[in-house]
Amino acid sequence: MKLLLKNREMLLVVAIVALVALIALRFPPFVTPGNLANVYNDTSILIILALGQMAVILTRCIDLSMAANLALSGMVAAMINAAMPGLPIPLVILIVMALGAVLGSINGLLVWKLDIPPIVVTLGTLTIYRGLIFLLSGGAWINAHQMSDAFKALPRTAVLGFPLLSWLSLVIIGIMVVVMRRTPLGRAFFAVGGNPHAAVYTGIDVGRTRFFAYCLSGTLAGLAGYLWVSRYAVAYVDIAAGFELDIIAACVIGGISIAGGIGSVGGAVLGALFLGVIKNALPVINISPFAQMAISGTVIIIAVAVNARAEKRKGRVILRKAEAAHG
Amino acid sequence: MKILKTLLVTAAVSVAMMATAQAETKKIALVVKALGIGFFEAANKGAQEAAKELGDVEVIYTGPTTTTAEGQIEVINSLIAQKVDAIAVSANDTNALVPALKKAMDRGIKVISWDSGVAPEGRSMHLNPSSNPLIGNMIIKLAADNLPDGGDVAVLSATATSTNQNVWIEEMTKVLPNYKGINVVATVYGDDLADKSYRETQGLIQSHPNLKAIIAPTSVGIVAAAQAVTDAGKVGQINVTGLGLPSEMAGHVKSGASKSFAIWNPIDLGYSATMIAYDLIGGAEAKPGAELKMGRMGTVKLDDKNEGAMADPFIYDAKNVEEFAKIF
Repeated sequence: MKLLLKNREMLLVVAIVALVALIALRFPPFVTPGNLANVYNDTSILIILALGQMAVILTRCIDLSMAANLALSGMVAAMINAAMPGLPIPLVILIVMALGAVLGSINGLLVWKLDIPPIVVTLGTLTIYRGLIFLLSGGAWINAHQMSDAFKALPRTAVLGFPLLSWLSLVIIGIMVVVMRRTPLGRAFFAVGGNPHAAVYTGIDVGRTRFFAYCLSGTLAGLAGYLWVSRYAVAYVDIAAGFELDIIAACVIGGISIAGGIGSVGGAVLGALFLGVIKNALPVINISPFAQMAISGTVIIIAVAVNARAEKRKGRVILRKAEAAHG
Repeated sequence: MKILKTLLVTAAVSVAMMATAQAETKKIALVVKALGIGFFEAANKGAQEAAKELGDVEVIYTGPTTTTAEGQIEVINSLIAQKVDAIAVSANDTNALVPALKKAMDRGIKVISWDSGVAPEGRSMHLNPSSNPLIGNMIIKLAADNLPDGGDVAVLSATATSTNQNVWIEEMTKVLPNYKGINVVATVYGDDLADKSYRETQGLIQSHPNLKAIIAPTSVGIVAAAQAVTDAGKVGQINVTGLGLPSEMAGHVKSGASKSFAIWNPIDLGYSATMIAYDLIGGAEAKPGAELKMGRMGTVKLDDKNEGAMADPFIYDAKNVEEFAKIF
């Protein structure tokens, strides 16, 4: 049991299972396979965004502009579709992913070339991107009837019984696992966040790595922008307002250290799922909306507390290993 | 001495001019938050209709190009210079316009506010598009009208702390006994976020299998609820209604997710504002308890703050939503 609890991911899995069991006591239909699939589907967008945020946080940075990037990309996707309903949807997705990447690279460049603290940069671009949506749309909404059927249908299309949105998030998880574990870039994310000075000595360009992390989070935010607008069939200035906090909370719950260098794809996914289960359960277990906010907040603080303890332990383990290697 | 003489002559001439102006057509200025907004263009349509009906009225439709108080102050000052007879304004700022409007009232111009109000010292009366009791009654009526045999309905509101929605829901609860067989089984809060409203709707569908209608008195909530009902395959089984804008709801009315919904009618609002302004020019006094004439819309009774409510929210359904979707 102790071994089990030592592993962050296992701990989260246990916590999620316990949570689902607890919810089932109050509302049994929650645990039907169909509903659990719905919960996963609902959490897909958060998972995709959390994976992008994870890459950024690993390099000791943070991306507060993700939700604004999502909203801007989503608005552009909706406007392109409204103006040219005939344009194939995959092409629209590629366009907004490229747009997301550009928006992300702006963050990256400012952090890399001008050395401005990431929190300040992304706080600034957050406001700029939200403002841009207003300038683009003039404050007007793009509504369901202005979007083509194909535009709205894509994430809902069922493949082997599951919506494409769910499959898409699984594909992204797969890609991210490969990137983080099997590519120099993935290892550079960890190296830069774990010890930037040491990373420089090993020949890793810290600024460039951070730049790529922002490009990655931007691209994923762009993709999520299309998915969001298409899923909720509406685009306006305030979509996903405040969602950046959910994304960061998912990462923190998933054991990604805000201090950088520690984290995993599995952690980010589980952190997002944990939040997703809570978000989907709160409406059906019938508790007051004020209690809901308090519960969400408490969960995050508990997660951070557990996290802090886990990190302490981990630090010691690394030292011991290093000593052993020397001796 | 010479200066005094000139002043006197100017005053006399201007008084004479004003007198002739009043004898001819009356100039009523409809000042909107900004030009080019569908909602206000529609209000102008109503004002023109009122002018045609009255015969001796010229409506000056004007406003700044962006929704700023400064822009409106400039517009009001130029209207004072043009010596209009009345100004009916939908204000960008409750207090900022007061000095300019006071100046207008000092010059004998009748000032009223409509849609978005001005502080009491800057206008003689304010016309609200509707009132809380009327809205509260309308949202439950919309649900009940499609449920002749009664049934379970739920409310999807904005945040748990938003004043407007809470008052409307409170008013709705008061008149609930008038609608036999209608049970309000839950009130949930989507926080005016599309994703949370969508999720809350999914929750309602799950926890209340017999749900027949969802009332969302918020424009974000009603759209999200309609989409969630569509995605859950419950169109025809659960009717989404409440307050929304025609342009945002047109698709969901077409799909059948929403049979009808309500919001104020901007045409009626512009019409009524013009009618009230005309009534005031004609000598009616805006004081608490007074009833002012609004032509085909009946009369408006002023409360102790010199505010009045125009009418029930206007109902939009498959028959008229397309037409209004083009307007706002």
